[in-house]
Amino acid sequence: MGRTLAEKVWDEHVVRSVDGEPDLLFIDLHLIHEVTSPQAFDGLRLAGRRVRRPDLTLATEDHNVPTIDWDKPIADPISRTQVETLRKNCEEFGVRLHSLGDIEQGIVHVVGPQLGLTQPGMTIVCGDSHTSTHGAFGAIAHGIGTSEVEHVLATQTLPQARPKTMAVTVNGSLPEGVTAKDLILYLITQTGTGGGQGYIVEYRGEAIRELSMEGRMTVCNMSIEWGAKAGMIAPDEVTYAYLKDRPESPKGAEWDTAVAHWRTLVTDDDAVFDREIVIDAADVTPWVTWGTNPGQGAPLGGSVPAPTDFDDEIDRVAAENALRYMALEAGTPLRDVRVDTVFVGSCTNGRLEDLRTAAEVIKGHRVADGTRMLVVPGSARVRLEAEAEGLDLVFKEAGAEWRGAGCSMCLGMNADTLAPGERSASTSNRNFEGRQGKGGRTHLVSVPVAVATAVRGTLSSPADLAPAAAR
Amino acid sequence: MEKFTTHTGVGVPLRRSDVDTDQIIPAEYLKRVARTGFEDGLFAAWRNDPSFVLNNPAYAVGSVLVAGPNFGTGSSREHAVWALQNYGFKAVLSPRFGDIFRGNSGKAGLLAGRVDEKVVQRLWDYLEAHPGAAVTVDLESRTVTAGEGPDRIEDSFDIDDYTRWRLLEGLDDIGITLGHEADIAAFEATRPGWKPATQKVG
Ligand code: SF4
Repeated sequence: MGRTLAEKVWDEHVVRSVDGEPDLLFIDLHLIHEVTSPQAFDGLRLAGRRVRRPDLTLATEDHNVPTIDWDKPIADPISRTQVETLRKNCEEFGVRLHSLGDIEQGIVHVVGPQLGLTQPGMTIVCGDSHTSTHGAFGAIAHGIGTSEVEHVLATQTLPQARPKTMAVTVNGSLPEGVTAKDLILYLITQTGTGGGQGYIVEYRGEAIRELSMEGRMTVCNMSIEWGAKAGMIAPDEVTYAYLKDRPESPKGAEWDTAVAHWRTLVTDDDAVFDREIVIDAADVTPWVTWGTNPGQGAPLGGSVPAPTDFDDEIDRVAAENALRYMALEAGTPLRDVRVDTVFVGSCTNGRLEDLRTAAEVIKGHRVADGTRMLVVPGSARVRLEAEAEGLDLVFKEAGAEWRGAGCSMCLGMNADTLAPGERSASTSNRNFEGRQGKGGRTHLVSVPVAVATAVRGTLSSPADLAPAAAR
Repeated sequence: MEKFTTHTGVGVPLRRSDVDTDQIIPAEYLKRVARTGFEDGLFAAWRNDPSFVLNNPAYAVGSVLVAGPNFGTGSSREHAVWALQNYGFKAVLSPRFGDIFRGNSGKAGLLAGRVDEKVVQRLWDYLEAHPGAAVTVDLESRTVTAGEGPDRIEDSFDIDDYTRWRLLEGLDDIGITLGHEADIAAFEATRPGWKPATQKVG
């Protein structure tokens, strides 16, 4: 019988397999950052262990770094300690680190791909759940906890129970103006936040093949939001074109060898998935969340649902709690919801392509009075490339704030947070209570919807904007 | 890691589904570089609410948390497990856990047992009717028990065999894996040379 993509990659990494025990998998790339690693390095020190493969380990500063005055010492002393601890640990254990001020500094899931370190057929882990992003290249990539970070540092392996496999096939093409973000938000609403649990999901079908690498990363990124262990997309010409000539991608004859191998990384025709979901791309429209988990979403053209719309008692109670927290009335058209802050950024939508889209939508418009808009590039390189194209000027002219690279308001760990009761439209991935700041209310949206919302001050799509004044 | 065989302690009914890791411990509490002291961040947003279950003195000393489905979804932060442990929790029961949270619990020594949704409902009702009542989780027999007489609840919980074994023995994963050093070295010797490296070492 044939094998799925996930099974092929898995099988290539089994160091040891014994009945009744998880497989021991070799890890090709271990990414680390300041928040989930200090206790792991401490563990190594206590046990007198070293980092087994510093050459397969890469660190960057992202979760807790400032996005203004990032060229000055970090103001908050506790945050500074955390970043300095990472620097000391990397120095002591010989790990390559991209610090603030370095062109490769940025969100770990933006940095791996832009360096060309993320390649098809790899196993990639990081102490961050959105490691699933890297699956867009046909890698098995998933988040791990700090105990596992320590395990990988010490052994370059991870004991893992073999997950089940699922195929999500998206037939047809996404309608004009509908993005990868809308697609994944739609899928999570359809399946619920537990829908992917226990599975490595392979996204396939025409609409997936038509996505850019950036769009594929957006889809795989949010696999975790519907509970999946990881998301993957088989590599193809789009993948190879993205990787060609990146700093760390194979060169010369090694490139040809690598591509020849990557071409084998597709699900065989006779392979069987444990579960299959088929969706029609034509059904996807601009999508926004109204609640406090990513499965509580609706079409932008719709309205806030009523708890009584849900048959299941647990869903009904969850909807009641969510509406109370979000201060929303059932039946309100989503387009009438006023937004205070718009955040464009994060590992979901903080790449150059996203910033280009954002600039295109806002050009000739202004951010609405009473609304603020933050644009936070995913990495320092993305920031510099955007500036070289003049995108920063477009944002500033429109009245938006242009920031330094980092996770920023995605998790509200640095100074970029929502005030209590403040409402955001955010291109990030989580709308949990307080995620972007205590008492903050988050609507997850695509980049075009975020920008149109900034211009109108209420949830909107570019189609709602009057033609730009002077372009 | 300490061995876990059985534990009896005050049960805490957390009548909520989809308790994500940002609820268990918000990001602002994640700045510590040690493994202790996270109890202040546990359920931080809810602790200000006088009606929150842990603000009731009868439940404040709780050590067995009974939660609705999708507990621990979201972020990979193991701080969520440490916050529960630092507070005093030894076990969490829920019909469904976030994958990474469940994995982290097993590594850190917090028992995360999957129970039927009906059992959660019965435990909630019982614990709310008897604040401060004890719940026993027995890892050996994989059972959860509470109450006496006609009120008695006795049911099984699910935990995978390997995690159960490691918890029962109190085994550290890294030690086990380092015992397979020869396998790892043999694997490394066969890795293709074109696979990427972050730096040249040695
Ligand atoms: S941008 Fe947000 S989701 Fe992505 S790694 Fe940073 S905190 Fe996590």
